[in-house]
Amino acid sequence: MPVVRLRAPLSELAGGNKELELEGSTVAEVLKALEREHPDVRGWILDEHGSIREHINVFVNREYGRGDTAVGASDRLHVLPAISGG
Amino acid sequence: MTQLLVGTKKGLFVLEGTAGKPFEVTARAFAGEPVEFATRDPRSGRMLVAVTSAFYGPKIFYADDLAGEWEQASGVELPEDAEKPLERLWTIEPAEDDGHLYAGGAPGVLFESHDGGASWELNQAFWEQPTRPEWSPGAGGMCMHSIATWPGDPSRVALAISAVGVWLTEDGGKTWRNGNKNLYPRYMPEEAREDTLTLCVHNMHRAPARPERLFMQFHGGVYRSDDAGESWVSIADGLPSDFGFPMVVDPDDPDSAYVIPLVADMDRTTPEGKVRVYETRDAGASWTARGHGLPQDDAYLTILRQAFCGEGSGETMGLYFGATSGDVFGSGDAGRTWFTAATKLPPVHSVRAA
Repeated sequence: MPVVRLRAPLSELAGGNKELELEGSTVAEVLKALEREHPDVRGWILDEHGSIREHINVFVNREYGRGDTAVGASDRLHVLPAISGG
Repeated sequence: MTQLLVGTKKGLFVLEGTAGKPFEVTARAFAGEPVEFATRDPRSGRMLVAVTSAFYGPKIFYADDLAGEWEQASGVELPEDAEKPLERLWTIEPAEDDGHLYAGGAPGVLFESHDGGASWELNQAFWEQPTRPEWSPGAGGMCMHSIATWPGDPSRVALAISAVGVWLTEDGGKTWRNGNKNLYPRYMPEEAREDTLTLCVHNMHRAPARPERLFMQFHGGVYRSDDAGESWVSIADGLPSDFGFPMVVDPDDPDSAYVIPLVADMDRTTPEGKVRVYETRDAGASWTARGHGLPQDDAYLTILRQAFCGEGSGETMGLYFGATSGDVFGSGDAGRTWFTAATKLPPVHSVRAA
């Protein structure tokens, strides 16, 4: 199963887990699985539409990923705040 | 001792002190996150904070004790079929029933809680307003920033939105109608002013001692309503500018209100480089500048709409406001004299006496 890597505060919302194995064949499916397993994460990465929030970056291994990016069993997803803000 | 909850661009600051002397920062929370609004429900003592993270979206948190844990409130979201996700939360206001609170946000949405702020749900009647597709946002988004309850009558509420005007309910939020008569949107073409919905209210407060009276700061205009928000009269004569954002009303004197004018929409700074609060004691017939103790030389400050509050009433009423410069000023004598409560905070979004 693909592995999702999280940093605080997301890791705290995910029960203190910095790394989780989750099912799914796309980025969106894996993040939905994360929400199901750890409901406190709901609304933090994906918005009400199920879209990745504008200022959150999800990398699949070393490439930028989108919701529909395909994910394989050996892939690692990194969920990171974007380099933005002031 | 006065406690202020100061929402800033970089977190919540709790200030404590006595009027006339600098306040101390006694606590900080949500470090680094934009805190749009923070208030304490006087009925329960619970603190409620609206945080709009640039990364993780808008959330409401609550805590009963500053030393305790902040809990995230549930239900602060729009339906999945909404055109856009929830953008921002602008205000949280205790209602008249026990445990009942309102929260206003963008895009022009009203949330209600019936358990003291732990869980929230959208007011469906307002969400489903038939004219919603025609609504336009102001520069800060389509923000519902003002929620004026009616003391002792939970059925009557007035809302204000930038830029969708005033909305009134007399059945506890089951139905809503406009209350915009005589508002004058000079930023619209003349032929479009009569029936436009694009009415950019900046702030609105009810006078609790005479609930049918409301005061309004408009995007170019200061108004009063004496018929519960049905119609409005201009009370801007005597002010250096009719543009501004924050407003405070004396809860015990329906003739007393305070505004902080800015130059204009194209120059949102204090006029003439002087920081002055303007006070009316006759419901807007005349205004008096109150600047004793405030910066009067080369002071070009911006005070945002939620960054001004009152505490108590009458001649000893406390008044506190913060600027985007990070300064917080206060008065313990209803504006006759002022002192600097804090400096060098992050840009101040909101100030509320706890």
